[in-house]
Amino acid sequence: MRSADLPAVRGLRGAVMSGFISAGAGRLTVKRFVVSLAICVGATALVAVFAPLFGMNTEHGGWHPELLGPRALVAGSPDHAILWAVRVPRMLAALEVGAALAGAGCALQALLRNPLAEPFTLGISSGASLAAVLAIRLGIETAFGSAGVGGASLVGAAGTLFAVWQLARIGKHLPPATLVLAGVTMSMFCSSASVLIQQTSNFTDVIHMLQWMLGGMETIRLATVGYAALPIGVALVALISYSRELNALAAGPEVAASLGVAVGRTQTVIFVTASLLVGAAIAVAGPIGFIGLVVPHALRAVLGPDHRLLVPASMFGGATVLALCDTLARTAVPLHHLPTGAVTAVLGVPCFVVILVGQKRRALLWSHA
Amino acid sequence: MVWLHLTDVAVALGERDVVRGVNAQLDQGELVVIVGPNGAGKTTLLRAIAGLVAPRTGTIRVLGHDPLRAPRRLLARELAYLPQHYELAFPFAVEEVVLLGRYARQHGIGLASADDLAAANAAMTACDVAHLATRRFDELSGGEARRVILAQALCQGARCLLLDEPTAGLDPAHARAIFALLRAQCAAGAAAIIATHDLDLALRHAGSMWLIADGRLTARGSPAHVLASAEARAAFGLTIHVGTLPSGAPFAVPA
Repeated sequence: MRSADLPAVRGLRGAVMSGFISAGAGRLTVKRFVVSLAICVGATALVAVFAPLFGMNTEHGGWHPELLGPRALVAGSPDHAILWAVRVPRMLAALEVGAALAGAGCALQALLRNPLAEPFTLGISSGASLAAVLAIRLGIETAFGSAGVGGASLVGAAGTLFAVWQLARIGKHLPPATLVLAGVTMSMFCSSASVLIQQTSNFTDVIHMLQWMLGGMETIRLATVGYAALPIGVALVALISYSRELNALAAGPEVAASLGVAVGRTQTVIFVTASLLVGAAIAVAGPIGFIGLVVPHALRAVLGPDHRLLVPASMFGGATVLALCDTLARTAVPLHHLPTGAVTAVLGVPCFVVILVGQKRRALLWSHA
Repeated sequence: MVWLHLTDVAVALGERDVVRGVNAQLDQGELVVIVGPNGAGKTTLLRAIAGLVAPRTGTIRVLGHDPLRAPRRLLARELAYLPQHYELAFPFAVEEVVLLGRYARQHGIGLASADDLAAANAAMTACDVAHLATRRFDELSGGEARRVILAQALCQGARCLLLDEPTAGLDPAHARAIFALLRAQCAAGAAAIIATHDLDLALRHAGSMWLIADGRLTARGSPAHVLASAEARAAFGLTIHVGTLPSGAPFAVPA
């Protein structure tokens, strides 16, 4: 017989090549949906309540873990100031940014059918960084403060988004392959341009640039968190509403289309929404890596691949993980606040290695099958 | 009403016309099989009918809709398409894969309704994959995966079926069962176009056969007639012998 076995062979290779590891969870029932999501929401709530109360007491030159007590609720006390002026805004920012990055990462992995897809693959982050570096170099930070840099990075994210979209689209379709290619190309261009600008800047500016590029929640004020909350919230809801389309797109654009998905529109909406989420997150906290990559992978390994559950779970998971990382960043080392972006990367890489090793083992099993 | 109407259809991939000058129609209850050598344009013709590739010239109407312009959601309720190759990026369970077929009939976040489950179970039973419901799709054999995808297409609940090699990789018993199933669907009011290389099954189950050679419909009519024709001999580069078994069932072998 002719090539009758070809689809089978391709199918097997596809499973290895796709590189996603996942629990095989079976059909998403109402019960499993509700219970899984309740656990994610519970974890987020727990962290949101206790992490701001937890801190290090530096009195008498010491470094002791301390939980703020009821007196933190009394206006006028030092604890009250620490809690409401410093830790709560920081916590809210971490929740907001973590949800945005992990939600966007989850959607992009499905859209591009690529396990390495994350907010940074599409060049959005590098574009935002380039704009921020440029803003610092041109003295916009001196003139408008950190909000100026945040605004510039948002403009940079939007600009890169548009450039990548124009480069990648074929008609009204956004093929995953060209999207990744356009994203990686733009990313390299923007990173190199940032380096060139840094090389020709003075020392103070370079320090500011580096600080910004490490990403962190130290200097965030409540107002910033407030401005970002509405667009991020709307974008998160929009992504959740596209969960079923993400499921169908797992079989590729052509199958999705014959199942009834308006593929071109869906790809564009998801791409633009995810990119805006990333842009907003970067404007708030600078580029924070690995949340968008690792959290969706880890949750997929536990909850299975159904995006109706995975997309919202990633948002809560991302919020929880970034809030924990940020708490660690401000308490791990005596008298130093570590950059949150560095903490997420340092913790994220071992997680990613575990995922990668599991994936390789699986691939090995396949090749012997 | 004619369910499927192709008028002077030509489809180009790149610079080359892969399908050209095709005029054909299909009515309710018909089961048509498309045969032809590799690269003759069978898949491209099916993809054009499914609205996945634009014809360069000519018009295609599926139940009155232009498949390229009709909303995909609307089209998916009328027309199901089984592609030749299928790769799933994520290891969904078999039941989930089949339920993806219900996309166009669900709303909101779309957890499966009783209707969806009933349709999926019926399709899984018909394709003999009900016992695989909770297995991971990426751990199935090639033939099992093929039957799961067919179940996905069937549970769309569409009246018009376009199937690109539905029996590729299937064992003889399952291949025969699938053709019998499709014939039953057509008898119950659907219509199907099936591209296949399974000449025996086509001979036994198809109402009519279209022969495609080099992008053109060079012969059509009863399967026995088409397979024995000079056009088939020219297209395949060999003579196909059509005979009858002692049981009375027809068979086709390259002579």
